Amino acid sequence: MNWIFYLFIVVSIITAAITGRLSDVVEALLSGAQLSVKIALSLIGIMAFWLGMMKIAQKSGLIELIAKFIKPITKRLFNEIPEDSPAIGDIAMNFTANAFGLTNAATPIGIRAMEELQEHNIDKTSASNAMCLFLAMNTAGFQLIPATVIGILAGVGYPNPTKIIAPVLMVTTLAFCFAIICAKILQRIWKPQTASNSESEGK
Amino acid sequence: MFQQVMETFSLWALPVILITILTYAMFKKVPIYEVFTDGAKDGFKVAVNIIPYLVAIIVGVSMLRASGFFDMLSAWLAPALTFFNIPADIIPVMLTRSLSGSATIGLFSDIAGNPASTFLTTTLAAIMVGSSETTMYVLAVYFGSVKISKIRYALIVGLLADLMGIILAILVCKKMFG
Repeated sequence: MNWIFYLFIVVSIITAAITGRLSDVVEALLSGAQLSVKIALSLIGIMAFWLGMMKIAQKSGLIELIAKFIKPITKRLFNEIPEDSPAIGDIAMNFTANAFGLTNAATPIGIRAMEELQEHNIDKTSASNAMCLFLAMNTAGFQLIPATVIGILAGVGYPNPTKIIAPVLMVTTLAFCFAIICAKILQRIWKPQTASNSESEGK
Repeated sequence: MFQQVMETFSLWALPVILITILTYAMFKKVPIYEVFTDGAKDGFKVAVNIIPYLVAIIVGVSMLRASGFFDMLSAWLAPALTFFNIPADIIPVMLTRSLSGSATIGLFSDIAGNPASTFLTTTLAAIMVGSSETTMYVLAVYFGSVKISKIRYALIVGLLADLMGIILAILVCKKMFG
């Protein structure tokens, strides 16, 4: 992460110096910082709502029930996490919410899943294999209906916008499976985590 | 038929989830109001926790975009894509897909709304945007929430999957609409 952060900023400044857009870049710095806070603040309300809902689902045993249902799959995928961990249920809920395009619901649930995965993490400062896998599943963006895109297409008078559902579903499903396979392969080659707070490779 | 079913599903998913959670809890005699407010308390804490991580990523991406770096990259990539008969207009979407969700939607609206765009360009852009999630944002939010900065191979996996998504989008689009 250190290198990425460094490169983002240094490359933009060098490029800006060449293209003569230094003032734009400085302005982007300010607006970017503002935007991040805006995003985080706008998350508070919906975050609170879903965290509350999920707490109810957890207390009532509903999450456990769902987790039991999909256990055969998650047990294999997340073999480093104890079967009875609430993380398994939250991961399932996060996936379901994402699939239905409920990003507002998926993010709070996903964050809770991360917190639970953190409890099983042997080194609290670096990402566990389970976390990497979970995020691989999330970044692949599996979604049944690309509602925003269809909305934009309909807005510009594209003929029959729902036609893109099938190809999108195909691409996203394959990319999703590919992400899981990648995570599983990299997990084998990457330097394993070492127990808490010892020096592990910063990337 | 399939599409209609899916749309109805999407519309009803949220209401059904809410009713299921609440009804099941009432049935199990959970004091839902108290439990809800207790869980909701953490909303503020979590949102504030991710601010530093979001600032780092979003500022970086905004600066990179403003610097004209993507325009330069697009210019370099254009000949290679034209060689494979892929519309070069698609490049900005390809590049920002993993970095910024709002920018990608903006670029896509621009392509879709531009009368000069061909049917193939718009369709390909739609498939690419529809099948993606903003990798950088997801990593910043999720790792930020547990204060992890050593992300090991998570970014590589995310970017590989994005690359795969781009390649697949091109293949599928050419097969179905090309």
